[in-house]
Amino acid sequence: MPDYTLKIRRYDPESSGPAYWQDFDVDLPPERSVLDGILKVKNENDGSIGIRCSCQAAICGSCAVKINGVSALACNTKLSEASAHAGAVDGAIVVEPMGNMPVLKDLIVDMDAVHWKKIQRVVPWLLPEGDPPEREYVVPAEAMIDVTQAMACIQCGACVSACLSLEVDPDFIGPAALAKAYRFVGDPRDSHSEARLRDLAEDPHGIYDCTHCFACIEVCPKGVAPMDQIMRLRRRATGDYEIKDANNGYGHEHGFVKIVERWGTLHEAQLLPRSFGEGSLVKGQTKPAAVMQLIQALPTALRGLRRRKVTLRKALFHPKLPDQKQVRRIFREIETKEERLELNLYFVDEGGGAAEKEPAMGDAGAER
Amino acid sequence: MRVAYWPGCVSRGFTPELHGAMALVAPKLDIELVELDRANCCGAGVIAEHNQELVDTLNARTFALAQGVGGAAGMMNICSTCQGAQSECQERLDADSAYREHINSNLEAEGLDYEKDGAWWNKNFLWLLVEDIGIEKLMEAVRRPLEGLRIAPFYGCYVLRPTSRLGYDAFPERDQYLEQVIEAVGAEPVDFAGKHKCCGFPVITMNRTTSLRQAGRHLADAIDAEADCLVTPCPLCHLNLDMQQPDAARYVERDLGIPVLHLPQLIGLALGLDPKELGMNKHVVKTSVVQRKIAALTT
Repeated sequence: MPDYTLKIRRYDPESSGPAYWQDFDVDLPPERSVLDGILKVKNENDGSIGIRCSCQAAICGSCAVKINGVSALACNTKLSEASAHAGAVDGAIVVEPMGNMPVLKDLIVDMDAVHWKKIQRVVPWLLPEGDPPEREYVVPAEAMIDVTQAMACIQCGACVSACLSLEVDPDFIGPAALAKAYRFVGDPRDSHSEARLRDLAEDPHGIYDCTHCFACIEVCPKGVAPMDQIMRLRRRATGDYEIKDANNGYGHEHGFVKIVERWGTLHEAQLLPRSFGEGSLVKGQTKPAAVMQLIQALPTALRGLRRRKVTLRKALFHPKLPDQKQVRRIFREIETKEERLELNLYFVDEGGGAAEKEPAMGDAGAER
Repeated sequence: MRVAYWPGCVSRGFTPELHGAMALVAPKLDIELVELDRANCCGAGVIAEHNQELVDTLNARTFALAQGVGGAAGMMNICSTCQGAQSECQERLDADSAYREHINSNLEAEGLDYEKDGAWWNKNFLWLLVEDIGIEKLMEAVRRPLEGLRIAPFYGCYVLRPTSRLGYDAFPERDQYLEQVIEAVGAEPVDFAGKHKCCGFPVITMNRTTSLRQAGRHLADAIDAEADCLVTPCPLCHLNLDMQQPDAARYVERDLGIPVLHLPQLIGLALGLDPKELGMNKHVVKTSVVQRKIAALTT
């Protein structure tokens, strides 16, 4: 049987010492999991190694750790794959606790202090209108399809661990909790969609604090794609409810879209001013937040001009595409449709197109 | 090699030095660029957030224009963000034939049609350089090995994740190409914590603190790893790492001042081109450290 080396980050809060790395050799077949390796070491070498785990079948979500720097379920990662990973150190599999959460002991992090606190922040329960029905709520199956992806979450915390916004802003509500928020915003039985969206849009650490880095999508073992759910929240907030938030999320989106509709390519010099005018160049420029942001951005603009990255002419005049009327036509035709079309690949079978099947298209704006 | 060339908005806007450098480097690597001057903005994730059908139609339009370029091997971009935003749309267009037909119906009036074709590709210059030009050919073309230059690679999220969408099954080393290229041009790749992280640019107008803390931290990490400069295939990363660097320094409360090169500039330097021609005087953070080292190599 092949020999694997596990390089485990150890930390004992009851000792006064710092964290340290310890190597363990383990004989197991290549298809066995990193968790199998850790448990074998725990049983045979050192019973004091701390790790949370339960089902060992990628269902309970207990055993998320960082393997070679990548957040993953230890039970869902093969030893052979882990030792061949670019992040392995001379073939040794590096196992450490998840990021963005305080370490309690060895591979165990404080999920309560971060993950569960954030989940609670988004009011993770249904808020229906009126008295509950005598028996169950009756909802057509199609109406629930939209939220099944968010419902697939097993609360393992891998996305929280990998989140690059959380790394610099610990107050960010984060990918898992925001995906959970969409699960209720998108639920036809919930009557507080607008209030939920307003709350998450206005919070400086809410939906507009996601930096769109795809880290959560990459590590999620269940295909929840938390970032996609955050983008759905934004789409609902701006498209369905026109929530004009203090973070300028609505303004940025509308400014950007208006510019491309008008010129076909991005007129960067007008993006910031237009984002405060909800797409218009002059409207909204007198808002205190707009003035402050424009003042903040001024040194950057001046630096650009001084280094001749940007010329005054380029800042003022932006060429339209040769057949910009076609781009405008596309905008006009699609933006005036009553329903937004969304293709969610979570529901499209693998191999997709070859099957020549009905598209898994859905109406994203359930409100309309 | 003839390619349909999509330079993106930013390389013709706030990072004109990138567009210029690519134009100089391409012929030296036998790349013929046929610029898509009718194509539109990729949406940079923002139009996707606004309306998926709209962004898929806009990018299907770009793909259709690129597929119409006679004799082109595929389409090339010089922006990680364009790559990621366009790959996202292409994934949806290719996954479902009924959806593709529907999106193509939006292009009918213009006589355009995106055709699913497993052999057709859209690649960032970094990918094309390693996979289609080849490291060996690049090494042969080097006229000025950049010996002694320590370079920290910065990829940009959109060419890294999600791996399932970005062709990592077929090309598993795409997240190591910058290091391979840095070595091929005779310089030394510097490993640092930020190389696969986010520059923060997408939230610069919505959360300046998050955005500039990210940029500042990665720049500081590169400085601590004793890099002379960074190199990136993404002009949006460049905006946050270079243009915003003086502000980012305040958010991480330390001095920064490390130059950030565009990938074609790095290649151009190794191919013997003049730093000034490559637009290296147009950066906000002066590139004199790099230029001095280059000058010492030449003499």
